Amino acid sequence: MNYNVGLPKTPPAVTNLVEINNLHFSYGTRPILTDLTMQFPRNKVIAVMGGSGSGKTTILRLIGGLIAPNAGQISLLGETIAKANSDALYQQRRKMGMLFQHGALFTDLTVFENVAFPLREHTDLPESLLHDMVLLKLNAVGLRNAAQLKPSEISGGMARRVALARAIALDPQLIMYDEPFAGLDPISMGVTANLIRELNDALGSTAILVSHDVNESFAIADYVYFLSQGAIVAQGTPSEMLASEHPYVQQFVNAKPDGPVPFHYPGNTFAQDLGLGGKA
Amino acid sequence: MIYRLISQLGQSVRNWLEELGLAIRTLIAILLAGLGLWRRPRLVTTQIHFIGNYSLVIILVSGLFVGFVLAYQGYYTLNRYGSESALGLLVALSLARELGPVVTALLFAGRAGTSLTAEIGLMKAGEQLAAMEMMAVNPLQRVLAPRFIAGLIAMPILAALFTAMGVFGGYLVGVQLIGVDEGSFWSQMQGGVDLWEDIGNGIIKSIVFGFAATFIAIYQGYQAQPTPEGVSRATTRTVVLSSLMVLWLDFVLTALMFK
Repeated sequence: MNYNVGLPKTPPAVTNLVEINNLHFSYGTRPILTDLTMQFPRNKVIAVMGGSGSGKTTILRLIGGLIAPNAGQISLLGETIAKANSDALYQQRRKMGMLFQHGALFTDLTVFENVAFPLREHTDLPESLLHDMVLLKLNAVGLRNAAQLKPSEISGGMARRVALARAIALDPQLIMYDEPFAGLDPISMGVTANLIRELNDALGSTAILVSHDVNESFAIADYVYFLSQGAIVAQGTPSEMLASEHPYVQQFVNAKPDGPVPFHYPGNTFAQDLGLGGKA
Repeated sequence: MIYRLISQLGQSVRNWLEELGLAIRTLIAILLAGLGLWRRPRLVTTQIHFIGNYSLVIILVSGLFVGFVLAYQGYYTLNRYGSESALGLLVALSLARELGPVVTALLFAGRAGTSLTAEIGLMKAGEQLAAMEMMAVNPLQRVLAPRFIAGLIAMPILAALFTAMGVFGGYLVGVQLIGVDEGSFWSQMQGGVDLWEDIGNGIIKSIVFGFAATFIAIYQGYQAQPTPEGVSRATTRTVVLSSLMVLWLDFVLTALMFK
């Protein structure tokens, strides 16, 4: 029975900002991603979902050129992601913004200076204009009045929003979100989810949302990829995924403790460990 | 058994060579990245301020106490031969040629070096370096190179301050406490210390030590495992490797400078 809603169907037929073709990646001899093919169309929010260790964050790091694939191709606007430390890669990164899981704010800088950082590095804007631009970005995430605080003086949810303001400082075409909802209270989670959608619509950018939070991701995503053990097991719109009967999607969406992802770590049976001679 | 030993030895040599190669590549990358810093001198001056501040108090206090001890020990020896008037010269030569650069470098490694390693290691653990990369900012140029150049500049200044405080400490104990003639103390020093042979060689040593200690500190931070244990280990390695490297380099430089 084919549970893959739409596999090998492709997402809506619009130009793809990012394309991944037949990608393989492993850490040493441990395979992380195998034969992965994905498309990320322009102006869409695409969620990449899956359990911990399924390779979601690795995809973002590969797109950002922080690590290189063993085989296959990743392209941004039709151009292959350049090799590490090259000028071409830095040029490509100027079209990207990334929100790290814990914000990755510079702890020695204020909220204002954190958001100003990419503007100072890449533009020669006069100080007054830069000041206004930073306040605009902070206003968009609701933290204009926290501009002079240090990262140690704000909450985790606020830090995530500051990092979001920093990620969009240069109006990138691609914004990548690595677990933006992890560890947030329900209010902050809702605020962050709305911001991701609204900013994406306002900037006309493309968002890749890596998450395992079903409700928030399904509420804002246009398309969803489900990843398990480094391969895509299902893909489709959120409503298609909710209706999916794929066992993995079922287990994931309904938070079932056992299913294709076993509750117990693979190995001996309990009886074997107790010396009762049971077989695995 | 023999084969296993040979195999393990080979593996160790290979690992060591790989590490050395990576360190040299990183050093070259930092030096190249540092070339672009002339347009942004503020990045370097800020770090000179930080690194100088980290180490200034400990350097000055240590210099003073080393001067105290040198004066006592020097007087004890010189007095046997009736040469206590040469105490100023002994204190100044010991500090300028040897103790100033070496002790400053060891203190620098323990104070500023560990701070640099921990700071860069924690930036890595907190994904700040990766965030910088993703903002199309090269962390080698923005973080490592300014700190490296700052260490290179700060180290001779700190060594000079250490030496000056040491001489002052020697004066306090030798002249004010023990009662060595003040005129002999300063005139012997003035007449016996050569600008190039003694002070110049000391400055060369402190620049070389600054190069080694700062590079080891930032390299260990940059290569640290991004975990609390990883940063802790890297910080320890910074102190151990820097200290050994400074002492080894001191031997090599002294042998080369000795006539």
